[in-house]
Amino acid sequence: MSNTKYTYAVARIRALEGALFSDAVIEQLLACRTAEQGLQFVMEKGWGDMSTDADMDAVLKREEEKAWEVIRDTAPDMSVFDVLSYPKLYHNLKAAVKEVCTETKNPGIFYDDCAVSGKEMLQIVENREFSRLPGNMGRVAEEALDTLLHTRDGQLCDILIDKAALTAIYEAGKRSGEKIIEYYADTTVAIADIKIAVRFQKTGKSADFMRSAMAECDSLNVEQLIRAALAGADEIAQYLEGTSYAGGADALRESPSAFERWCDNRMTETLKSQKYETFSVGPLLGYLIARENEIKTVRIILTGKQNGFSDNAIRERIREMYV
Amino acid sequence: MSIAGELGIVYALLGAAVAVLFAGAGSAIGVGIAGQAAAGVVTEDPSKFAKVLIIQLLPGTQGLYGLLVGFITLSKIGILGGGVADISVSTGLLILAACLPIGIVGLLSGIAQGKTAASSIGIVAKKPEQFGKAMLFPAMVETYAILALLISFLAVNGIQV
Repeated sequence: MSNTKYTYAVARIRALEGALFSDAVIEQLLACRTAEQGLQFVMEKGWGDMSTDADMDAVLKREEEKAWEVIRDTAPDMSVFDVLSYPKLYHNLKAAVKEVCTETKNPGIFYDDCAVSGKEMLQIVENREFSRLPGNMGRVAEEALDTLLHTRDGQLCDILIDKAALTAIYEAGKRSGEKIIEYYADTTVAIADIKIAVRFQKTGKSADFMRSAMAECDSLNVEQLIRAALAGADEIAQYLEGTSYAGGADALRESPSAFERWCDNRMTETLKSQKYETFSVGPLLGYLIARENEIKTVRIILTGKQNGFSDNAIRERIREMYV
Repeated sequence: MSIAGELGIVYALLGAAVAVLFAGAGSAIGVGIAGQAAAGVVTEDPSKFAKVLIIQLLPGTQGLYGLLVGFITLSKIGILGGGVADISVSTGLLILAACLPIGIVGLLSGIAQGKTAASSIGIVAKKPEQFGKAMLFPAMVETYAILALLISFLAVNGIQV
């Protein structure tokens, strides 16, 4: 009966899906005049808790934690969610390596809701106890630390760790044995590669530099993407037209933020089918991504209002909702 | 009683066992699957307890059908009445064959109904006002358990002991 191991978790997620923000709720939030009113509105919907008061960052952070608490509470196997927790884990590594090399202390820059907390990561890097890190991460940590100590090149260190994170996400997707997780991991890596190509094309980096930053994935050919990036921004869009990211080509021509929005909307659109699954991990992934998307959208609206952006300017950036 | 005669009653009892055991197992698995889903919903929204409980119980009927056929079989061969009938091997095999429909269909439909019930509990979780429609989907699976019950019932009754 292994195919029914997600029955409890999916039913619980179904009950929670009703509380996700719909497009209509987002419209109501947009109609709030100020960021304070907007924050009050989301807090009336149950966002934050007693510990967060009326602090936007604290409320949004608490919501992220709540989403993960639900998943941790319900999922029979957390390893399939490695694809989602690795970015935080590798972020902690990057922050720890930089703190150790620069001998500064910034405790606020770490994530604590992942396999290795900030404090622990800092200890590991300081004492060079890399064998305590999972999988291939120890080798990457050692290489990144030595690179930064010897070259003092922060970008090179970032590239090493970011590529390792992407490779780990891709491998975790394959390892999960769940098609939807594999798809999510592959898409995450492909989109990161596209963003790298766009950024490095603008800064005129070499093919070798791009190659050292991009990770392999199934839906894109990294070599072709590099060739396109070397040829120009329009060539990147042209290359994408021949891939499953064809819809993103126009968004890429428009602006990087339009492309990011397109990426998020595409993921939401794909995950929407998971609302009708009962016995797979898909609805859990869908819920988690939907919550991340929702929090991101609320953050965009509230910060947009704080900075006096017009409703139209904010509307251009908001994502499609899962429900 | 001859050895052949004893084998006859063994086959007949095996028939009753198949009806009760397989159909009961199907129901147990089905109610278990639906129960997991029901527990998930009640964790987040205890007010839906009554609705999800009704849906959870739907796959439980196969076990009752198996029990009914089992009773009829035991009554037929005289075990319930106190005087065990002299049953030939061929009659025993006939009774075993008559019990197979509710045994096999009860097992498979119980599991299938449990999965459908779990999905229907998902409907109640999101749209409680659609409870009536949600009930219908697992109820459709019930049709085939009833058909199997009918055939097993008629067949066991029709065998002359």
